[in-house]
Amino acid sequence: MSSALVAPSLIPSGGLPRRAFVEQIMGLPMSIHLRGPRVRGEAVERAVEQAFAELRADDDMFSLWKTDSPVSRIRDGRDTLADAHPRIHEVANLCDIARRRTVGSFSAWLPEADGEIRFDPTGLVKGWSVEQAFRGLVERLRDLGDYDVMINAGGDIAVHSDRIDTPPWSIAVEDPRDRDRVLARMELRTGAVATSGTAARGRHITDPLTGAAVNHLLSATVVGPRLSWADVYATAAFVKGPAALGWLALIPDHAGILVGHDGRVTTVKAGPGVTPTAPAA
Amino acid sequence: MRRIIAALMGTVSGLVMLFSYHTSTNTVAAPAGDSTSDGGATAGSPDTGSVASGSGSADQGAAATDSAPAASGTYTGDAVQTRYGPVQVQITVENGVMTSADAVQYPDRDRRDQQINGYAVPVLNAAAVDAQSAQIDGVSGATFTSMGYVQSLQSAIDEAFQ
Repeated sequence: MSSALVAPSLIPSGGLPRRAFVEQIMGLPMSIHLRGPRVRGEAVERAVEQAFAELRADDDMFSLWKTDSPVSRIRDGRDTLADAHPRIHEVANLCDIARRRTVGSFSAWLPEADGEIRFDPTGLVKGWSVEQAFRGLVERLRDLGDYDVMINAGGDIAVHSDRIDTPPWSIAVEDPRDRDRVLARMELRTGAVATSGTAARGRHITDPLTGAAVNHLLSATVVGPRLSWADVYATAAFVKGPAALGWLALIPDHAGILVGHDGRVTTVKAGPGVTPTAPAA
Repeated sequence: MRRIIAALMGTVSGLVMLFSYHTSTNTVAAPAGDSTSDGGATAGSPDTGSVASGSGSADQGAAATDSAPAASGTYTGDAVQTRYGPVQVQITVENGVMTSADAVQYPDRDRRDQQINGYAVPVLNAAAVDAQSAQIDGVSGATFTSMGYVQSLQSAIDEAFQ
């Protein structure tokens, strides 16, 4: 796709300097966008590079592809979870909370091809790690001025806005049937949007309750205050399929979009979001 | 009416198990927890209240697609008690299939949460929007790999600002 195609969307907000940084980490494209002063200065570059470095460090710790990563060593019995690094403990604990909150539709303990059940926190680690690196970046940038920040980690997005003279970030949800089109758009100053599906990656998502691969929906998108939970809830919604509607509607501060195989699009919104449209920005 | 309910249950059995739907002409009590509520509701989800029935085993839309009559309307469920307070869900049905589920009654929470929530409402466009005609900063989609990224809308946006 040429950038000319999206040219109309690229009107800088009020001439405010803006810059995007992109790196490939955890096998994913990760883009960080900044709006604010001196985005081409060294201090800003260092702040962004630190966020990428933290993401790479988490990849080294949690990767299942790296056979000597601490999590790989736990999986094949060379080390035990009990003796693991505090960050691994934190993730294991969050995985347990996620299993409760999703009523079993998310789990870090799944039977693998050989029938063995092993620790696999991958489904939570990415969103959690990106959220942490993002929060750190927001804090560091505060020392440099007022910034709006967005990160898109392979389709999962977190945004934050410290400026008061900017429009909200405009976040679109891809149409899983045609990736050049978008199904929905939302205006977000601070929050997160995560989408779960199998279309782009072709990998299976397994229902922990049945052990079977699920294929109820084309995609499930969840909007909420924190990327770690939006990501977990999007995965769980994808696993639950249409049953996710009643479940999602009861989760405070979250909204969702489910896309069925027949192209049917269902929205779920909760809380003061009873208003049918987003507030005027 | 019976067929409408059958269609609804086929589509959203998880939801139907939790709420009773009232229409202007009829009242149908849901068969509360006849299948999955045993495990779920008690094992509980301290953070989301009694959402336990939706175990992901919903009969996937089959009933809805082939037997759905042209029933449209809005149905409001009974209020359900959660740890945050009462929550009441309203669903909208078009031609026998549910198109949205919204919480119409919701517990008041602190202002910060409300602010977050105010922003967290996706605006669903009636028709899909051409990406190039809209001002977009970020695109959320099923995890795309480094390969897929090259062709993605996000990569075009990133490129413009690098």
